[in-house]
Amino acid sequence: MLNTTTIKKDFPIFRNQQDFVYLDSAAMSLKPRSVIDAVEAYYEQYSANVFRGIYKISEKATKIYEQTREKVAVFINAKSEKEVIFLRNSTEAINLVAYTWGRTHIDKKSEIVTTILEHHSNFVPWQQLIIENGAVLKIINIDESGKLILDQVGQIITKKTKLLAITYVSNALGTINPLREIIKEVKRKNSDIIVLVDGAQAVPHIKVDVQDLGCDFFVFSGQKMLGPTGAGVLWGREELLEEMSPFLFGGEMIKEVYLDRTVFADLPHKFEAGTPHIAGVIGLGAAIDYLTQIGMDQIRLHEKKLYSYAQEKLRKLDTVVLYGPNSQEERSGVILFTMKSAVHPHDVAQILDELNICVRSGHHCTMPLHERLDLSSTIRASLYLYNTMDDIDKLVKGLQRVDEVL
Amino acid sequence: MSIYQEIILDHFQQPRNAGNIKNPTKTTTVNNSLCGDKIKMDICIKGDKIIDIKFFGKGCVISQASASLLTEHAKGKTKQELKKMTKTDIINLLKIDLGPNRIKCALLPLEALHKLLIE
Ligand SMILES: Cc1ncc(COP(=O)(O)O)c(C=O)c1O
Repeated sequence: MLNTTTIKKDFPIFRNQQDFVYLDSAAMSLKPRSVIDAVEAYYEQYSANVFRGIYKISEKATKIYEQTREKVAVFINAKSEKEVIFLRNSTEAINLVAYTWGRTHIDKKSEIVTTILEHHSNFVPWQQLIIENGAVLKIINIDESGKLILDQVGQIITKKTKLLAITYVSNALGTINPLREIIKEVKRKNSDIIVLVDGAQAVPHIKVDVQDLGCDFFVFSGQKMLGPTGAGVLWGREELLEEMSPFLFGGEMIKEVYLDRTVFADLPHKFEAGTPHIAGVIGLGAAIDYLTQIGMDQIRLHEKKLYSYAQEKLRKLDTVVLYGPNSQEERSGVILFTMKSAVHPHDVAQILDELNICVRSGHHCTMPLHERLDLSSTIRASLYLYNTMDDIDKLVKGLQRVDEVL
Repeated sequence: MSIYQEIILDHFQQPRNAGNIKNPTKTTTVNNSLCGDKIKMDICIKGDKIIDIKFFGKGCVISQASASLLTEHAKGKTKQELKKMTKTDIINLLKIDLGPNRIKCALLPLEALHKLLIE
């Protein structure tokens, strides 16, 4: 297990919040001192715009901003940092692809394939696209344990399929999809298919290698991986990004502008119109440094052990129903459950909050998945590197309290 | 202070005006898709007065207790009086403080009532 005593010291929030049990990292991770310091240093020492200034602090801001791009490229094993585009978050990254690549490659005769596990971010943009142009949206279902029915993949993919939009890790059930195998199979059936991976719940928790996965686009959000809010990443294969037209037009994304035409900037700046979230990106760089120093394999191992422990304790408690795959290998540290007593998830979350335990209740931006599970809402407790067995014990005690109060 | 005060729990466990009205003047259903709360409300209006009101709901303690308290309060009142009800009135009925996220559950029954009162 990780040394959580030292890790907790790196996160100022644990000093500012007393007896604080934070189990909502799938929605938002906490921030270490080094990330906060990096953001503060930018604002206090060199808060200039990037690319435009000749003076020293603008050069410095540009340098650190671009160094972060290299860090991201190394972190996800991109071929080149030109493939790394800074945006606000996963949602914006998926929309960028839907509006540019999607609007030019998907027509009435096309099919898009996605899964029932998707976060609304990787579902609504595609649903809206097909409503607009009459294409077909096909959905890979899950089995009773919450895993994708892989036998369906072969049948669902046809010559008409243009895109597979799929999550790496489910933010609700915690399912880790065997992406490498899925992508291989999909591309074997139809080598022209473009695969977009929603990595929002993967990059913070497991080692990611976009080249090894064999995908074409990959998106993730900095705020779920210890970084500031408002800084996320779109990765795409260079040839694809080269061929795509820009999403937003304006400053920073141009080379030359004439009265009647514009020459756009090269990658990656072609897709970064306007002043970016410089402080956020610099903070994301610090977050990657922090995660790298702890080690993604160590983090994964820590979360596996914690989930195991939680699983055992919650089963013993016998008052909750757990959802998602059983095996640690096939799942992340997201604990999704309901109460056997049918206490509403909102009330569970509220009573836990009275004990300073932060969990989430609702549908977690996965309404189609909840409909599939025949549940209107659930409770989610999600783990990260700063969580401890003690947190789990407190959660279990809290759940006992829920059944006492109601 | 816990929001699970006696009055709230009492109204949750023994909701007043739970059920359906046989021949309602009007009926409506509202839901809060964020948490899956759902409330169906039936109303009987005579002249300007609410003579009967019932609700049928599924949801958290707050939405159910709020529906119970609100229907109890509404009975016998005039349409004008009820149309004027706001968030503050609901908070006064519940006698607890709710954050911006949770207040939505408490306001769901009022949303249903206001929908019924629109001509
Ligand atoms: C799997 C998944 N995809 C996408 C998102 C959207 O992330 P963001 O809100 O940062 O765009 C989330 C976060 O809630 C997520 O868990």
